[in-house]
Amino acid sequence: MRRDRLQPHRVGLIAVALGVMVWAGLTMRWDWIPRYAELGAQGLWRTLWLLALSLLIGFSMALPLGLAQAAGPFWLAAPARWFCTLIRGTPLLLQIWLIYYGLGSLFPQYPWIRQSELWPYLRQAWPYALLALSLSYAGYEGEVMRGAFKSVPHGQLEAARAYGLSRFAVFRRIWLPQALARALPTLGGETVLQLKATPLVATITVIDIYAVASRVRQDTFVIYEPLLLLALIYLIIAGLIALGFRWLERRFTRGLA
Amino acid sequence: MKSILLTASALALLAGAAAADPVRIGIASEPYPPFAAPDAAGNWVGWEVDIINAVCEAAAMECEITPTAWDGIIPALVSNRIDAIMASMSITDDRLQTIDFSDPYYNTPTVIVGQRDMEMDASPEGMAGMVLGVQVSTVHQTYAQQYFEGETEIRTYQTQDEANQDLASGRIDATQADSLALDEFLSSDAGACCELKGAVAHDEAILGSGVGVGLRKGDDALREQFNAGIAAIVANGVYDEITARYFATSIYGQ
Amino acid sequence: MLDWLYSVWPGLESSVTLLSLEPPGWGGNLLRGAANSLIIALGAFAVGCFIGTLGALGKLGGGPVTRDLLAVYTTVVRAVPELILILLLYYAGTDLLNQFLQLLGQRPIEISGLAAGIGVLGIVQGAYATEVLRGAIQSVPRGQLEAARAYGMGPVQTFRRVTFPAMLPLALPGLSNLWLIATKDTALLAIVGFSELTLETRQAAGSTRAYFTFFLAAGALYLLMTLLSGRLFGWLETRFRRGQAGARA
Repeated sequence: MRRDRLQPHRVGLIAVALGVMVWAGLTMRWDWIPRYAELGAQGLWRTLWLLALSLLIGFSMALPLGLAQAAGPFWLAAPARWFCTLIRGTPLLLQIWLIYYGLGSLFPQYPWIRQSELWPYLRQAWPYALLALSLSYAGYEGEVMRGAFKSVPHGQLEAARAYGLSRFAVFRRIWLPQALARALPTLGGETVLQLKATPLVATITVIDIYAVASRVRQDTFVIYEPLLLLALIYLIIAGLIALGFRWLERRFTRGLA
Repeated sequence: MKSILLTASALALLAGAAAADPVRIGIASEPYPPFAAPDAAGNWVGWEVDIINAVCEAAAMECEITPTAWDGIIPALVSNRIDAIMASMSITDDRLQTIDFSDPYYNTPTVIVGQRDMEMDASPEGMAGMVLGVQVSTVHQTYAQQYFEGETEIRTYQTQDEANQDLASGRIDATQADSLALDEFLSSDAGACCELKGAVAHDEAILGSGVGVGLRKGDDALREQFNAGIAAIVANGVYDEITARYFATSIYGQ
Repeated sequence: MLDWLYSVWPGLESSVTLLSLEPPGWGGNLLRGAANSLIIALGAFAVGCFIGTLGALGKLGGGPVTRDLLAVYTTVVRAVPELILILLLYYAGTDLLNQFLQLLGQRPIEISGLAAGIGVLGIVQGAYATEVLRGAIQSVPRGQLEAARAYGMGPVQTFRRVTFPAMLPLALPGLSNLWLIATKDTALLAIVGFSELTLETRQAAGSTRAYFTFFLAAGALYLLMTLLSGRLFGWLETRFRRGQAGARA
């Protein structure tokens, strides 16, 4: 395997790539980087925690959504299915704007909102961004988990019940771990998609890494370089996510047919 | 890779080259009333749209209004997607490094509008502790970052409309923009929340010397045409006639 | 006729007026935007399928260099946010294309916003389509291809008569997903100022300050598009799967 990676043509391609990078480093404008390094780090941090929190909240909503659709009674399954259809059927950008500006346009009509304890948070932009991103992840992953829950063979669940395990124990020890293991490869891809969705929050005044790059572009009128650097940063984060999921898969899909 | 290039060029052929090559005038695709905003029929209307038509007619140019994202309007000009910018763009030193400008065609003061029930004025001390909204890529953003940032929290909006909306909803305390654009907002229902807090101290280097037509560097012939067109409508009274339809006072400056 | 409804729901009448198709309503603008979105989505999907077919064939049958370059293309496009790709390709793409044409001694051309939008989203779609089609082609049983070869069919004929019809039902679920992504990705062109449904909605909402009404209406239009096309793909799938014993779900 090792040797495969260094075939002659690949050495050539790598040399070409390095050449392009050196050329870009020498001929393009990168003098703005030191000035914006601190802002960039803050933006990157904001992107990362928005991503992590929205994954966490979204996924904890996706589990009940998937379960309701896979095994719930009609009055639970139908709303869950509708929620997933709604989220998956409309663009995230529109959802973000609806949540931020749509809700915002209601505030002047209800003055008590501004007197409430929550107002300091409602004034900020990030809670809306987090809400929109979480709902979106929940919608997509609810659908994934529905399939995953359904794909666990019914016989196993019945066998576990026959051993005298309680309903909850069956869910926790058998159903959930198997469904998760089956969903892992899809979830890895979906998590990268979620990362790719985060720059949309810049349109509602959240200063993530994308917004910092936009600011560099306006301040310095350097058009392409900040975007190229940004693309590289997202590539690296996506690569790390893919590696992380590969590790999870190796650990948790052992012994799965 | 080859397939991509092939497709791209096939698409390009589909798009075709325009026969007469009209001058493509970039305006911001985000509404900026009363200067340029789409109406319910999808037509762009406003003071600046009328001025564009008048200047083009006076300079005997065939013009095509091309809505372009404000955020990327200078890249669009540089990369030849449009030939001129007439989107209330102030002539500043920063921008002059990348593009050229015609003579100014209007000049108005920059003001701050804020919540009625809050004490503030348009100085750095008066804005301390406030949340100030500005439109992205404007002289107002640059000014706010220069004079207010640190003590004041600055939020950047894609459009001035959205900053106004957040001012009305109470999410920001104030917004800084062109006085005429904010007059329009203050006279609307949503503007009831707010009042004029004053004009900011002028800084020619940042706020510029009026609004001009943005042009590619070296496009001198086109610049002369625009200068002649602007001079002509100012001289023959068309400029004042259009202005009177929208504003109570002259906005030409000087 | 609707008076009783208006009296129950006070805000409804003004919403209906705002959404009516003729001015002063903004409904006409929204529908025009929706039509633009649909055209771009269709164009991008077609370009994407074309790139995807070539890409899949290149990945499966191309030389080592082709395969590596295609791997770079699909990896980069699938890891970098569409928004950044659109900004890069929208501005730089036109520039590069014209420089390329100049090298060939041709006169620079003007690319309309529509063509640029289709091209940019098509390149993004192509990366995903490459993976979908590669998987589908790979799952066509080898025996069928060998049988075609034995009948004396050339590679083009084999692809047209055997591989393509056999892989289509396998590729349809993935392609239908891609189409949904295409319709929703058109919204990103709002950021570069192309007047599709989302930008028209933003303009209408900004001008009338009826943010809720217009964003909900646009959401309904998008949902209509995705639900209807979902039906269409479902129908296509059952149609093409007919007579295919053993085609897996």
